[in-house]
Amino acid sequence: MQPAFSPVKQQIIDLHNLVLVIITLITIFVGALLGWVMYRYNAKRNPVPGQATHNTLLEVAWTVVPVLILVVMAIPSFTLVYYEDRTHDPDLTIKVTGHQWYWEYTYPDQGNIDFSSYIVPDDQLKPGQLRLLTADHPLVVPVNKNIRILQTSGDVIHSFFIPSLGVQRYAIPGRTIETWMRVEKPGVYYGECNQICGTNHSRMPIMVQAVSAQDFETWLVQAKKEFATATPGSAPDTMARDDRPTGSDHPSENDRAAANDRPAAALLTAANEVQH
Amino acid sequence: MSATTHDDAHGHHDAHDHKPGFVTRWLFSTNHKDIGTLYLVFAVFGGTVGGILSEIMRAQLNFPGNHVVDSGQEWNTIVTSHGLLMIFFSVMPALIGGFGNWFIPLMIGAPDMAFPRLNNISFWLLPPAFILIFTGLMMGESGSGWTLYPPLSNAQFEPGPGMDCTLFALHLAGISSLLGAMNFITTIFNMRAPGMTLHKMPLFVWSELVTAFLLLLSIPVLAGAITMLICDRNFGTAFFDPAGGGDPVLFQHLFWFFGHPEVYIMILPGFGIVSHVVSTFSRKPIFGYLGMVYAMVAIGAIGFVVWAHHMFLSGISVDTRAYFMAATLVIAVPTGIKIFSWIATMWGGSIELKVPMLWAIGMIFVFTIGGVTGIVLANAGIDQIVHNTYYVVAHFHYVLSLGAVFSIFCGFYYWIGKMSGRQYPEFWGKVHFWLTFIGVNLTFFPQHFLGLSGMPRRYPDYPEAFAGWNFVSSIGAYIGGVALLVFLYVCYRTFTSKEHLADNYWGEGATSLEWSVSSPPPFHTYAELPRIR
Repeated sequence: MQPAFSPVKQQIIDLHNLVLVIITLITIFVGALLGWVMYRYNAKRNPVPGQATHNTLLEVAWTVVPVLILVVMAIPSFTLVYYEDRTHDPDLTIKVTGHQWYWEYTYPDQGNIDFSSYIVPDDQLKPGQLRLLTADHPLVVPVNKNIRILQTSGDVIHSFFIPSLGVQRYAIPGRTIETWMRVEKPGVYYGECNQICGTNHSRMPIMVQAVSAQDFETWLVQAKKEFATATPGSAPDTMARDDRPTGSDHPSENDRAAANDRPAAALLTAANEVQH
Repeated sequence: MSATTHDDAHGHHDAHDHKPGFVTRWLFSTNHKDIGTLYLVFAVFGGTVGGILSEIMRAQLNFPGNHVVDSGQEWNTIVTSHGLLMIFFSVMPALIGGFGNWFIPLMIGAPDMAFPRLNNISFWLLPPAFILIFTGLMMGESGSGWTLYPPLSNAQFEPGPGMDCTLFALHLAGISSLLGAMNFITTIFNMRAPGMTLHKMPLFVWSELVTAFLLLLSIPVLAGAITMLICDRNFGTAFFDPAGGGDPVLFQHLFWFFGHPEVYIMILPGFGIVSHVVSTFSRKPIFGYLGMVYAMVAIGAIGFVVWAHHMFLSGISVDTRAYFMAATLVIAVPTGIKIFSWIATMWGGSIELKVPMLWAIGMIFVFTIGGVTGIVLANAGIDQIVHNTYYVVAHFHYVLSLGAVFSIFCGFYYWIGKMSGRQYPEFWGKVHFWLTFIGVNLTFFPQHFLGLSGMPRRYPDYPEAFAGWNFVSSIGAYIGGVALLVFLYVCYRTFTSKEHLADNYWGEGATSLEWSVSSPPPFHTYAELPRIR
């Protein structure tokens, strides 16, 4: 598994390590039993077969013991599912929109910075850039901040997947699905679209550039000049009424949903998302 | 279980059997054995076509940046067709239509299936369905994955008629399975020989009964979903289109309400076959018969309430995720009962490692691996980063491509002598087993590593970081391909063999009713019903 650079991923790895030990032991146990019966009860060694067909104690044991193992596994597993779900006090919200075949990133609480991120084709790669993973405009995020990610799609279903950060949710048209991440170390993290989305499914990479809070501010200033689609500092309500043709799930709506402690995922957003 | 049979068409009477002419016999067939044979031949054909697609895919993925298949759309179409062919045109016809038709009547002492003509149309719906799938493949217009998720499968993104062909193919294959399921249920409930109560019924028949119920309850849901999809594509409805108030996630719910039982449909008959083989070659009755029966019933029942574990990332609420995770983990318990009961059957037995037994033990082992990786995937927390990766591909190939296919070969070697009257060559059977075992493990085990490191599925090209294990996996696939050729050679050797087999050529371990008739059985069996004491 790729090393962890976020607390979610760290917990996934921890749980996976536990489960991996359990399943490896089970597999070795079953394999050993099979090997033993093939050796010990081979027709040459044991020409007269026994006829035992029942053993209530044994049958109860091999029902109850797996149940106990599952309970041991389930406890940390439930904790993780709830931990992964969402962050209650995000420092930053980023909206990710999947398109055939690029990602669109929007920073609704940073002056609605909005830009698209395309793959760098093989023949334009600079030395050191990774094939199929390098994007022209990376998603820039600050480190050690709780970042809420809202995913949706403009056409078909995509999946926003960054293995090293433990992030993945589908991007489904007509829906906004929420998850979160917290990057612990500055650096570049890669991901790929993980739900079949047409001919260039393998050519819409996710490139995340995690930078310090200071560098993030610098980047914001520059990005606002380059990508902003609304006046910086405008009130959320103004942005909500900003009727850009492609964006229709209002950050204010999502904020309200979060305030009511309802998952934003349950919100069906306006349907013109797919009509452009 | 002991039985007496007064079958007058026994052994040397074969020659007097009245068989109809070729066209009547094979095209208008109403005989369960002939229809079973048709299904088996069809399954070998479907599996070979699907297997060729696998080899193309592994050749493409042998190296990063390879160009066996140039366009992503073509690639997606191959992926889609491979999945659908293997499921609907190889595994299901072999395990349900093939072995089910052949051996349910023989095992319960019935002269034929309850509805012989229905049986015939069940089979003959499959070839046109195959042609439609193949059309979709050749037109390169069904690149949605076998899961067919809209909007990708909608007219806007897959505009050509190839996608419609694929959907209609599923309708036909679905009707075929549905009719078959009704036939099986009726036969099993009404045509058992006197004295054969449900609790004396062979496990293979039980497994087919549970399978038939799963089909009966799940196929109509698939039919509904693809009908809505066809309407969305062609008649302007918007069931799954958010622009018209529809919901793509609704399709996922409907699809997986069918799709999850479907995976048990593919493996349960295999459980039945393996139970018989393990018992026969250990020369011991099956251990914990009732536990085995109700474990299968439990797997079938729980199989209907776990579907959304395929949708952990589709925006279902966190409590729903928690429920589906718990329900999914529970399936491990009845599955464990089956594995341990098989081992307990062998324990104390007198085991002969003939080819069918090798496949059975192989199946138990690979199914265990596939089962435990299922536990990893069931954990919604871990699934967050292995969902849709090669880990999933490895998991379901371990339970299906290995588990179900091993049990098909297991049944083939176990029963081919009964069905054809000719025995397979033991040596080449073993070569086939070992080549397959090494090949498929080499193919699919490294895919666990690829998945854990984050390689997405359905990718025609991948970053260089994934090159190593992909190379190993492709080598494994080529070995598996050679194994398929060995299998075809085994078939050739079997059917050209001159050997004449006894009624019960496996000896005292084989106790079910099919071993009381000649090999091959007469065209019409059980003219007088056997009595079970």
